[in-house]
Amino acid sequence: MTRPDVDLDATLGHMAEGLRAFSVHKPVMIGIHTGGVWVAEHLHKLLGIEEPLGSLDISFYRDDFTRVGVNPQVKASNLPVSVDGRHVILVDDVLHTGRTIRAALNEIFDYGRPASVTLAVLIERDGRELPIEAQIVGTKMKLAKKQHVKLFGPGKLSLDILEAGA
Amino acid sequence: MTKDLQIDAGGRLTHLLTLEGLPSKTILEILDTAESFIAVGEREIKKVPLLRGKTVVNLFFEPSTRTRTTFEIAAKRLSADVINLAVAASSTTKGETLLDTVSNLEAMRTDLFVVRHAESGAAHLIAKHLPPNVHLINAGDGRHAHPTQGLLDVFTIRRHKGAFDKLKVALVGDVLHSRVARSDIQALRTLGVKELRVIAPKTLLPTAVETLGVIPFTDMREGLDDVDVVMMLRIQRERMAGAHLPSEQEYFRVYGLTSDKLESAKPDAIVLHPGPMNRGLEIDSAVADGPRSVILPQVTYGIAVRMAVMAMILGGREELPGRRE
Repeated sequence: MTRPDVDLDATLGHMAEGLRAFSVHKPVMIGIHTGGVWVAEHLHKLLGIEEPLGSLDISFYRDDFTRVGVNPQVKASNLPVSVDGRHVILVDDVLHTGRTIRAALNEIFDYGRPASVTLAVLIERDGRELPIEAQIVGTKMKLAKKQHVKLFGPGKLSLDILEAGA
Repeated sequence: MTKDLQIDAGGRLTHLLTLEGLPSKTILEILDTAESFIAVGEREIKKVPLLRGKTVVNLFFEPSTRTRTTFEIAAKRLSADVINLAVAASSTTKGETLLDTVSNLEAMRTDLFVVRHAESGAAHLIAKHLPPNVHLINAGDGRHAHPTQGLLDVFTIRRHKGAFDKLKVALVGDVLHSRVARSDIQALRTLGVKELRVIAPKTLLPTAVETLGVIPFTDMREGLDDVDVVMMLRIQRERMAGAHLPSEQEYFRVYGLTSDKLESAKPDAIVLHPGPMNRGLEIDSAVADGPRSVILPQVTYGIAVRMAVMAMILGGREELPGRRE
């Protein structure tokens, strides 16, 4: 386990700047459980977004359900504001294969039809399996296939890089 | 034996036949999963893609509108394809056996059967003959079991009353003939409810009912004294014709749940009923429609609980190569 040299406060500030430059009208921010919600809580505060923060648990939309089954710790998704016609900022901690984001987009569209969706991620790593990219990236990492980056929170956030099987 | 049939070598639920012997860990896992499905029913699009491409056959050898409908809605909200078959009206009248009917449907690549049958043990019999990749949920067999009703009842109690070990619960009515009573008693015993009572005339209590871990009462007011939860059972009117009960008026006077009798229970006690209700027989309208009734929420929760059972049984079974994100 190694701790990457990333100043998370500065990274979050840099993401907030990037999002501010997007200047969409009254955005709705949605974090993906669990790490994405932690990151979104910080960005939501930094940007002073007036609409309450939404959260999404994409377990029911995973493409590996037939292999791994349903996780009883699924949290209910909570979108306090209708996404219909709204500019959505979707927040996750790590963009890796892109499958989580695919699932999240499907779920969001079951709630309504947003005007736009902007993806903001704290960490963009290599290993995409789908044509999905983030518009707002905190920091980029190049990791070995068996390495995983894990965010710890909530509140004060920290990162660790874990070796699979270690 | 029952346990082996329901839980596979990996400790996963493969059929749901009875709550007897089902570990509390599994019951709680179902309740927790159901909790997350509640939100799906409250959305604009009440559907998640979990069981896309799966075929669920509701195989009802005994008529039931309500249970069949909730299973159908549950399967549809999980994106499964659902076929409803009322078999009493088709094959068995042509002489086809129970297992032949099932084999035929199995050959049509059914993934999950939801079975209701008037004979106790019918669900076990079918489950024993199914290949490993075909699953079964018992939707009520004779007097034996109605596990999803038992699960939705404990789900309702947990939602409205919290921790089971602090609760006094009374089951009122035809305990003798009720599969719901049996499943409720098994679930509540497993979850460790503080005190479990059954209230009924002697003719509607099984012999040696105490061995089920319940305290029997024949007096309604005594039995309801200080309870947190009142679970009413449906009286089947045809029992009136037999020697089990005097008359409807007499039964209602002694065992019908009225606001007056409910006074004996805790002031914040809740009232459950599995439906369909006989108003004026086992329950008074003032109670059924009153502030302590959770009878309609039970119906809503029943869908989420059935979604949870279906998702747990059908999910996570394919052993395909590949990695998870």
